[in-house]
Amino acid sequence: MTGALPGVAPMAVPPGAFLVVGTLLFAIGLAGALLKRNAISIFLSIELMMNAVNLLFLTYARMRGDLAGQMIVFFVIAVAAAEAAVGLAIFVALFRVRRTVDVDKIALLKW
Amino acid sequence: MKQLWLIPVLPLAGFLLNGLVALVASSSRAEKESGADHPLAPLPYAQRLFHGVVGVGSVGLAAVLSFAALVPYVLSSLHAPEGLAPVVQKVYTWMVAGDYSVDVAFRLDALSALMLSFVTFVGTLIHVYSVGYMQKDEGYGRYFSYLNLFMFAMLMLVLADNLPLLFVGWEGVGLCSYLLIGYSYDKDFAAAAGKKAFIANRVGDFGMVLGIFGVFALFGTADFSFVDLARRQALAGGAPLGVYAVCVLLFLGACGKSAQVPLYVWLPDAMAGPTPVSALIHAATMVTAGVYLVARCSALFVLAPDALTLVAWIGAGTAIFAATIGLAQNDIKKVLAYSTVSQLGYMFLACGVGAFSAGIFHVFTHAFFKACLFLGSGSVIMSMHHEQDMRRMGGLAARIPHTFRTMLVATLAIAGIFPLAGFFSKDMILGSAAASGHWALYAVGLFTAGLTAFYMFRLVSMTFFGKARSGDHGQGEHAHKSPATMTVPLWILAALSVVAGLVGVPAALGGSDRIGRFLGASVAHPEIHEMSHGLEIGLMLLSLGVAVTGLAWAWRWYGKADGPAEAVSPQAHAFYEKAGALGRLVANKWNVDEGIEVLVLSPFWKIGTFLWRGFDALFIDGIANASAFLVELAGDLLRFFTTGHVRNYALAFTLGVAVFLVYVWVR
Repeated sequence: MTGALPGVAPMAVPPGAFLVVGTLLFAIGLAGALLKRNAISIFLSIELMMNAVNLLFLTYARMRGDLAGQMIVFFVIAVAAAEAAVGLAIFVALFRVRRTVDVDKIALLKW
Repeated sequence: MKQLWLIPVLPLAGFLLNGLVALVASSSRAEKESGADHPLAPLPYAQRLFHGVVGVGSVGLAAVLSFAALVPYVLSSLHAPEGLAPVVQKVYTWMVAGDYSVDVAFRLDALSALMLSFVTFVGTLIHVYSVGYMQKDEGYGRYFSYLNLFMFAMLMLVLADNLPLLFVGWEGVGLCSYLLIGYSYDKDFAAAAGKKAFIANRVGDFGMVLGIFGVFALFGTADFSFVDLARRQALAGGAPLGVYAVCVLLFLGACGKSAQVPLYVWLPDAMAGPTPVSALIHAATMVTAGVYLVARCSALFVLAPDALTLVAWIGAGTAIFAATIGLAQNDIKKVLAYSTVSQLGYMFLACGVGAFSAGIFHVFTHAFFKACLFLGSGSVIMSMHHEQDMRRMGGLAARIPHTFRTMLVATLAIAGIFPLAGFFSKDMILGSAAASGHWALYAVGLFTAGLTAFYMFRLVSMTFFGKARSGDHGQGEHAHKSPATMTVPLWILAALSVVAGLVGVPAALGGSDRIGRFLGASVAHPEIHEMSHGLEIGLMLLSLGVAVTGLAWAWRWYGKADGPAEAVSPQAHAFYEKAGALGRLVANKWNVDEGIEVLVLSPFWKIGTFLWRGFDALFIDGIANASAFLVELAGDLLRFFTTGHVRNYALAFTLGVAVFLVYVWVR
């Protein structure tokens, strides 16, 4: 437990727990992204992975007493918002054409 | 003559005018008549008149200018033995390389003035004749534009002051020859004959080009001033080996253009062209270009006596060889074609024994009587509705009397009957051969003279005497007369066949060999051994006797010519039967075409097939196909990984990151 910021109370929950939760969240998100066939579910899973990473960033930032980690999290949230808008728009457009958002039925990226 | 360039430019202008009008008119005709039943009808009268006037007029004007150029040379040769000095007029600098330049420059001297005059004169007559002969042809304008282009190229050839420019004309006449042989391009045999002529000439031209390079290497210039350098070298004595090589190479070019053994094979096939073309290009003018070249470079040739001996023997060999083939041909134009080859052989024989002026003299007289014979044969063919086989003719004397009389005169001239043109020129050649001590060459030439008389009189007999053998077609019955545009040139040429020899009456007969003195300034004169006049007259009587024997023999065999078409002359038929294999060989043109087929074409064909099947198809195509196969194989493998399922890609990506992390961690 080094480098706590001056004037900031020491963490009540040990930081290791945050790291475990973040890693678990990331693993769940990864599994969801790889295993789900519904595009929206995959999308949700990706969001989950991003937020897991955000959590890890914040934890390390707090542990190291470094604000850079928090800065990056803001960027990630902003980009994720934009990405959500674009991604959902794509799914809507895709659904209008294909009447489905099952990614196994939209295998377009091949010969 | 101040403006020499006008002489070749006039026919060039004629070519452009005729060609342009013919092109425009034919495209508008094609539009109008696209649905008509007879799209190939004769041209309208006004257009024919235009083509005729432009075609004949441009060449006629060139002829007038040529005579204007010739006259001073003739006059001066009467007085001064030296004659007028050559005139060189530079028009344009064509190529410059360092301190050497090739000019478009024209050279007028006795030799070129003489060539110019009879080329344009005979050319004009043949253009006039063509007006009548081609009038029903749909390609009238195309024909006249080609003919004008030919005259332009020929005049460039004759007037050129350097070998590169001469070569331009040389190739130009070759091109026009090709175009006009293949004039009926929709007929396979005509198109093939054109190609044959072009390819046979390529063989000669390969030598010609190397010869031009050789002249440049030897003398540092390809202007005809190298002749003077060669002359000086002759005085200094001794010639390097290069001179021999250059002479042989230039002669190879001459062999191609002038149809000498072994490159003569294209000329008989060239008869696929319209008959006036055969008369102009393949008898009177273009084919004599080789002789002109040798005479022009005579100062070089006399430096290399061995090369001259080669020229003489090739010439003599060609003369007798072609004459024997001519004995048994049945196509009227083929007989004349082999006769032309044979006569060209005479001209080279003359050059080979050092009598260059005699060679040019024969070029000069031959132009008249051979043009007359060809034009006459055209008239015969026309009256027979395009039948060329003499076995189907006969008895035409009464039906086309003008053609008969003029052809008879020309036949006597070519046979060498005193005092017609052929007698003097042929006798000058034979006399020179004898005087230079080449008695073997003389004997060959003498025998050939007999053959010439025989096959020519055979032609006349089979065509004009006896009964009409036109058989089932009945053409002979309906043979029609020729228009005046055809008969007048015939009579003019026949008249010249009679008198043209008078310019070269030898001293032995009380003349003064005018032509020899006239050309003296332009061509080399190696030492001529004088013969006694008695011996000379004796030789003349001998050759006259041989010629008469040939005529008489032909008269005996073919004079009545009353047999059926299969055996016009029973005696000749019996003779060929008895001669067996040899007779068949002669009748089959010594199987030369077949021999070339076996010895040259079929190996080429085999090499080509090997390179195609073995090398190109297996090796080259193999490389291309193998690389394509490899790419395809790689693609086939890679497509297993390209499923198109986003989740597979994501998995691969994840696994990749995992591997990378493990790597980083382990390291």
